[in-house]
Amino acid sequence: MRRLFRSSGLRLLQLGLVGLLAIFTMGSADNAVRYNDLGHKMMCVCGCGQILIECNHLGCQYSEAELTELRMALHQGKSDTEILELFQAKYGPTVLAAPMLTKFNLAAWFVPPVVLLIGIAATIALVRKWRLRTVAMPVVPTTTTFQTARDRIRRETEL
Amino acid sequence: MECDNRSSPNILQETVLLISIMPAFGSFALLLALALSGYNLFAGAIALRQLATGARGRVSPERLAETARRAGIGSFFAVTCAAFALVWAAFTNDFSVSYILHHSNRALPGPYKFAALWSGQEGSLLLWAWLLATYGLVLRLRHKVDVKLTAYASTILAGIQIFFLLLLNFAAPPFALVAGTVPQDGFGLNPLLQYPEMVIHPPMLYLGYVGFSVPFAFALGALMMRYPGEKWIHITRRWTMVTWLFLTCGIFLGAHWAYSVLGWGGYWGWDPVENASLMPWLTGTAFLHSVMMQEKRGMMKSWNVWLIFSTFALSILGTLLTRSGLVSSVHAFAESAIGTWFWTFLVIVLAVCLFTYILQRDHLKSEHKLESLVSRESSFLFNNLVLLAACFTVLWGTLFPVISEYVQGNKVTVGPPFYNRVAIPIGLFLLFLTGIGPILAWRSTSFKSIRKNFILPAVSAVVTAIVLMACGVRPWQDWSEGQGSLYSLMAWSLGALVVTAVGSEFLRGAGVISRHTGQNLFASMIQLMRRNTRRYGGYIVHFGVVVIFIGLAGSAFNQSTEQELNFKQSMKMGPYRLVCQDYSQDSNLNYDTEYAILDVYRGDKKITQLSPERRFYQASQTTSTIVANHSTLAWDLYVIYAGKDPDNGQPIIKVFLNPLVAWVWIGVLIVILGTFVALTPNMTAAFAASRTRVPVSEAPAMAMGKGGD
Repeated sequence: MRRLFRSSGLRLLQLGLVGLLAIFTMGSADNAVRYNDLGHKMMCVCGCGQILIECNHLGCQYSEAELTELRMALHQGKSDTEILELFQAKYGPTVLAAPMLTKFNLAAWFVPPVVLLIGIAATIALVRKWRLRTVAMPVVPTTTTFQTARDRIRRETEL
Repeated sequence: MECDNRSSPNILQETVLLISIMPAFGSFALLLALALSGYNLFAGAIALRQLATGARGRVSPERLAETARRAGIGSFFAVTCAAFALVWAAFTNDFSVSYILHHSNRALPGPYKFAALWSGQEGSLLLWAWLLATYGLVLRLRHKVDVKLTAYASTILAGIQIFFLLLLNFAAPPFALVAGTVPQDGFGLNPLLQYPEMVIHPPMLYLGYVGFSVPFAFALGALMMRYPGEKWIHITRRWTMVTWLFLTCGIFLGAHWAYSVLGWGGYWGWDPVENASLMPWLTGTAFLHSVMMQEKRGMMKSWNVWLIFSTFALSILGTLLTRSGLVSSVHAFAESAIGTWFWTFLVIVLAVCLFTYILQRDHLKSEHKLESLVSRESSFLFNNLVLLAACFTVLWGTLFPVISEYVQGNKVTVGPPFYNRVAIPIGLFLLFLTGIGPILAWRSTSFKSIRKNFILPAVSAVVTAIVLMACGVRPWQDWSEGQGSLYSLMAWSLGALVVTAVGSEFLRGAGVISRHTGQNLFASMIQLMRRNTRRYGGYIVHFGVVVIFIGLAGSAFNQSTEQELNFKQSMKMGPYRLVCQDYSQDSNLNYDTEYAILDVYRGDKKITQLSPERRFYQASQTTSTIVANHSTLAWDLYVIYAGKDPDNGQPIIKVFLNPLVAWVWIGVLIVILGTFVALTPNMTAAFAASRTRVPVSEAPAMAMGKGGD
């Protein structure tokens, strides 16, 4: 029974994760929105270090050409991933403003949250270990008057 | 040279002589500074060693330490002479100095000639050395605070100073002369740097970077001498707060400069140089929080020492990353051999820290252990964890292109989309902790107390979220445009939580004082702050951080549009209508400019006139944008002259409507105010100090005796 619960729990978790992933990667049918979104996911390759759609060099041949290619790709009905791969193939991986979720690049995305989670778990474990080592505090009297007086003293002495 | 109009040939001759002497004078001053710092380090180290072991030479260790201190003070004057020589060279257009040739020109306005001091590699290293010497001077003049600890710190600072002076004397000399014929005019200063804020932003940032050397020197010195008690922590904390304040100002001045000059409509681009300044700021912030645990409960001693070591190391690493060409950045200096020097220095610093720590780690045992997971101590612990996780994320993102090249053979870009996804949730978690921390008591907090103190902030957060959703902030509708609106909703709701938590702490304390003294609530709040400036100054800083977050969250709703405008043509953006009144061009000795004059209407009422510009600088043959901005609390109307249509000469105007940007700058001012409050001595403590002041003649002897091994 417990195993059944565990496996169905796991399934639910997996379903939840897939749902979450779907929401996060959900694209929009609106080309204008996708143009803006994809324009923010790529860099201008002229060396200015700016996001493609934010490149403010008038007459910058690179950003103009890239944006034209982006419009064409959207017009041809390509998906977001296809467009990003197309640009990557043409201009190299540095054209993407952030690495795609492929192979080693996965590490870019997952290492910081994993480090944070490990840190939180380690901190909780450390606090529990410290607490166990600490001598137990005397039992606090539960009288309401004492509690009120103690709260008042704490408030007033914390100034 | 600016001596064409001089009539007397003698004056001309003297000026020419002075100009030709100045580079040599500067070079000599740098060499002298190196010698003095070298003496400070070696004599200081010998004296401290003798004091620690009880050995005595021909000169008593106290006298030797005093000569080392004076040599340190002397090095300040020598570096000041060198800095003066470079500024002199800039103001007298001495293009025989290569650095001046490449970073100045005759038509450059005076303040920017001064700014040329830090606009290039050599000059900025000289600024670094001069600021370090200035911090060293203050520290050495105030040595009576604790003579022995200051002697340690002064010696360590001399070691750092030697590194920078070696660089300036041998790797990146600022007084290198031009070979062959000296050109009549210089190549000019980078136009992006010709903006009033650039005169104060870099020095402020450097004051922050360099300033972390002082707490580092104190921490390392205290560990080396096994300093008894926590006094060194008090001294270090104040230095760290001042340094942290400078770094905060430097970072936000840089953000404001980027917003006003770069013309892309934003203020933070997650560029490696920006990241380099953020990393020591994050660890410095973590230290300012965790140091309270050491002061109040004698805990986290090792942690604090390593936080300070890391903060200093990150200051050096940031400089290394941008100057070595390891990562590409829009404002990085060109790749040079200087990276090797920084690597070597960083390795030496870490080795010294590690060696000292291993040798003295038994001195850093905690006096208390944490008693509860729900306590002020544990909130500081989590706050530190999240700040370090944020620092790691920034470091990881900055270094990932290098790691990727090593592992995959190709570089990748790690830009804003990465940080928006990874760093923003961490930032929001930190904001949440900012609200939780003040509610929790030291040692342990009862569930009843949490419920009582947490309910109001929680209700405030939920009500804010509901009101915002009712007003149209609906993340589920804007999901396709990214998670920006969800993050904004969370930031504003958590902001309400923090403000309520901090506000209720203020009100509760003020209420107690009001009941006891009969003063009104406002007067009671002022008295409350004066009684515990550090705590309530900290709360003001937290409030400022919330205001900054409110401003940052507004960026999810930025709008922009671009249009070509003829005379009297108009364009719309949000509630505004911009009408082109005129467009023209002008020129002066320094630059040519194209600009448009736009009347801004809201409804039928003209509210202002904006004049965005685009400048072309002759000397450097580069262009620069001068943004026109109409800022209100609700939003900024941010207008750029993007250029002109080559066919008909009409200006192309790009307009942004950036919500809540002013809140970011207001928040910074509140943070500055809060830090000043926190730096002010407590009312009662100051009063007590005035009553129990130790006679000056007794102080040095007492201080020397206190800080023994």
